[in-house]
Amino acid sequence: MAERTDFWATLTDPLIRQNPVTLQILGICSALAVTTTLATALTMSISLTIVLTLAAAIISMIRRHIPDTIRLIVQIVIVASLVIVIDQVLQAFFADISRALSVYVGLITTNCLVLGRTEAFARHHAPLPAMIDAFGNGLGYSLVLIVIGATRELFGKGQLLGAQVLPLATEGGWFTPLSLMLLAPSAFFLLGGLVWAVRSIKAEQIEPPEHTPPVRPEPAE
Amino acid sequence: MSDAWSLFVFAAFVDNMPLTLFLGLCTFLALSRRTESAFGLGIAMTGVLGVTVPLNHLIYQGLLAPGAWAWAGLPELDLSYLSLIAFIGVIAATVQLLEMLLDRYFPAVHAAFGVFLPLLTVQCAILAGSLFMVERNYSLGQSAIFGLGSGVGFAVAVVMLSAIRARLAYADLPAGLRGLGIAFVLAGLMSLGFASFAQMAAAP
Repeated sequence: MAERTDFWATLTDPLIRQNPVTLQILGICSALAVTTTLATALTMSISLTIVLTLAAAIISMIRRHIPDTIRLIVQIVIVASLVIVIDQVLQAFFADISRALSVYVGLITTNCLVLGRTEAFARHHAPLPAMIDAFGNGLGYSLVLIVIGATRELFGKGQLLGAQVLPLATEGGWFTPLSLMLLAPSAFFLLGGLVWAVRSIKAEQIEPPEHTPPVRPEPAE
Repeated sequence: MSDAWSLFVFAAFVDNMPLTLFLGLCTFLALSRRTESAFGLGIAMTGVLGVTVPLNHLIYQGLLAPGAWAWAGLPELDLSYLSLIAFIGVIAATVQLLEMLLDRYFPAVHAAFGVFLPLLTVQCAILAGSLFMVERNYSLGQSAIFGLGSGVGFAVAVVMLSAIRARLAYADLPAGLRGLGIAFVLAGLMSLGFASFAQMAAAP
């Protein structure tokens, strides 16, 4: 039973409490770039979760055989091979989405989230916990991507997954799209807001102030 | 000449790596707390991007592109799916080489930003520079300019962000926004500013 709660904690911790994007600053690059529509955000989430889980499994299996000095290269090569497979599959079966994602699928290779988790967790743990941890982190990352992707598509175009949800003003409805939502700055604002929201609920994530202002002496009368 | 200049401006300001394309954000946010480290990171980025993009161009066109092996009687060989691994290898090797060279000839410079150099191997912006070079079919000269321009754009952005964050060190922010949250909002505001560069140069 204790085993099981451990696994459960490893799986659910990264969802909000230890979320890779909002707390650990890992994997932000792709989190923002692919969230203009929900479909690309979903594809990216699934690809990343698969790569992360498999990479964690493989690296954890051979963790005793990798010399410490070249482990980064070994890890990168394993991740890159997995990414190539995913990239080829996407190009073959989902050509449109693959074009929309452009270079960002290839960039999963250098996604700090993948290397961060293999380096910090999979390298020291048995394959099963490593895979669960990787899967949990993949889900935490997906959660952020889906929230931001859905918000941007909903308010930017009034659509979800390409289907019109809010009736457009140009077609007799009431909704005027906020084109700012489709531009780069909105992703930053949304993620900043998300971080703020999470930290308002989970107060222990608040960063300590870098400087404390000096106490001003009371002016002498 | 003006073509080269407009490509440089395009890479540095219009398609700014961190602010418009969201590339290299992890280091962009993590190392922008202090202006000195931001400056070191910017220089290292410019150097590595300026070297690896043209180098990867040579490797891609010479070994991996479809038809690159035509001279050996294999005109149908298409190795471009290997480009990810090849690029990462080149980047890792370049970073290592750069580190050794700096350590040998410019120990002061090496000490100044030695910590960031190894990190650059897994920097999304650097790999993205090479991937964009393939996707947009740049020539050798263009890829050199593109690499340098992207590096300069990254350096400008990261130094500016660190300066703003330094000014905000004493600001009384809501507790939940402190650190990462406000950094995102600042980056968003800067990104709005950089959006106005969009008219400066068209994509070549």
